[in-house]
Amino acid sequence: MSRHEIRFSGFGGQGIITAGYILGKAASLFDQRHVTLIKSYGPESRGGASSAQVIISDEEIDYPRLTQPKLLVAMSQEAYAKYIGELASGGLLLIDEDLVEPCHPRDDIQVRAVPATRIAESELGRKIVANIVMLGFVAANADVASVEGIREAALSSIPKGTEELNSQALAKGYEYGNQLQSTMHKV
Amino acid sequence: MGRRRVSNNGILQGSFFMDGDTACAEGAICAGCRFFGGYPITPATEIAERMARRLPQVGGTYIQMEDEIASISAVLGASWAGTRAMTATSGPGFSLMMENLGLGIITETPCVLVNVQRGGPSTGMPTLVGQGDMMQARWGSHGPYETIALSPGSPQELFDLTIRAFNLAEKYRTPVLVMTDEAVGHMTERVVIPPLEEIEYYARRKPQVPPNGYLPYRPDPDGVPPMACAGEGYRIHVTGLTHNEKGYPDTVSVETQQKLVERLIRKIRANQDDIIELREDQVEEADVVVVAYGISARTAARPVRMAREMGLKVGLLKLVTVWPFAEERIRELAPKVEGFVVPEINMGQIAQEVERCAGGQAQTILVPHAGGGLHHPNDVLEAIKRVTSPQSTSAETSP
Repeated sequence: MSRHEIRFSGFGGQGIITAGYILGKAASLFDQRHVTLIKSYGPESRGGASSAQVIISDEEIDYPRLTQPKLLVAMSQEAYAKYIGELASGGLLLIDEDLVEPCHPRDDIQVRAVPATRIAESELGRKIVANIVMLGFVAANADVASVEGIREAALSSIPKGTEELNSQALAKGYEYGNQLQSTMHKV
Repeated sequence: MGRRRVSNNGILQGSFFMDGDTACAEGAICAGCRFFGGYPITPATEIAERMARRLPQVGGTYIQMEDEIASISAVLGASWAGTRAMTATSGPGFSLMMENLGLGIITETPCVLVNVQRGGPSTGMPTLVGQGDMMQARWGSHGPYETIALSPGSPQELFDLTIRAFNLAEKYRTPVLVMTDEAVGHMTERVVIPPLEEIEYYARRKPQVPPNGYLPYRPDPDGVPPMACAGEGYRIHVTGLTHNEKGYPDTVSVETQQKLVERLIRKIRANQDDIIELREDQVEEADVVVVAYGISARTAARPVRMAREMGLKVGLLKLVTVWPFAEERIRELAPKVEGFVVPEINMGQIAQEVERCAGGQAQTILVPHAGGGLHHPNDVLEAIKRVTSPQSTSAETSP
């Protein structure tokens, strides 16, 4: 059974839930797979820890909660500390390297890092698209949704007038991920 | 994404990645709902938000009332003005609506009330799931009556069942409850909205007689009276008091009371084959039948599959319509099975109905959950195994 469980996490305001939504939308509407998205809610979505649970499956999803996430995206130290324990053995951890210091080393997972916020701020001039840079990085590192699907889903989910900025952000993250891939072994 | 388009009349069509609450609102709009009287409450707020944005786009009206009592009152009034109307709430708001839910039932006012259930009692757990209002849906308003309640397990079903709720409300002239929950309301999933012309629309039954021959509560043979609305040239009278066919209060006649109450109940019970919708998976050959509804029916699919992989004969009976209860089907199955397993996110409500209908011919095992989360698959699996193991004891529904 192919069932991918993914958690996006960070703090409120980083666009964590938007990132989860875009990935889910890409897999659901573009790739035509079964997808559920659960967003963290309430006080959490306004500062503090924020997270989105995405399940992508080829079969109907009976249990719409994470059971064994194989992919954890962490964009804050707090989120990393909160969720690193649930990442399944053999899983992949993707972090914003300027925001997360992996202080709970595990030898049964892989870790890849991208300066998503720095790229957004210094190369694109808008810190706010760090989540989209991270999505590009996700697309390059994990086979959960097609990059074209993610691009289409992103462009149909963001405010009008920001298409170019978001396109570039996605491309930057994807390129960074691919370059990193070429310098190390594939998962 | 190239799959979505908004047609000229403002109705959506195509595939969407949307949450259950939003799907509920869009279902209502497709069903012809053009009035929402509401008061925001977690986890139903997104329905009100969506309706506030969308209703003006399709020529409808959204009013935020001062509380839930006023909300349902406005909905009843809108329906009597000839509009398809709804409200949406959660636990505490549902409690406040109970008195006028009864007014809707005795005045036979078509409308839809959505309850996105959360953990209770009282304000409980506003952001987390519960299924603790199922008996309140059945008996929450005072007096003897029958009610219709539907229970969706996904955003798509919430869309579909909201449409069905409007049609049942019109067909049987009664408030219909959509008893969903936080897990479904806040879950985002693919929702396919078909072309409007493919969506069923049951038009309100209008009087076929001239105004001087019309009695607003004289029923057709199926027990449902045609409904003239305010401003259509017919004399109408709307009261919560016991009334005769003319609509006039007759509060001291036992005969009038009996006739009215019996008809209110009969029009639902006599048509339960039309109203009750069940989904069955391998129920016929089963030794154990898991009876569930809403999100709990969805999550039960996994332990059912696990049990089958262990060689157990297990069926899944999903109550899409919870009220009226599927009494006949449970009675029919009881002598053929060893037991029923009923997972629900409360401490035992529908399980009591199953046990009542099983009548001692099969055991009923409740898998309770106090609220705030979903059943762990192993909890339901263990209950299935208890039914089939020789040490299992007789009926028990206490947690």
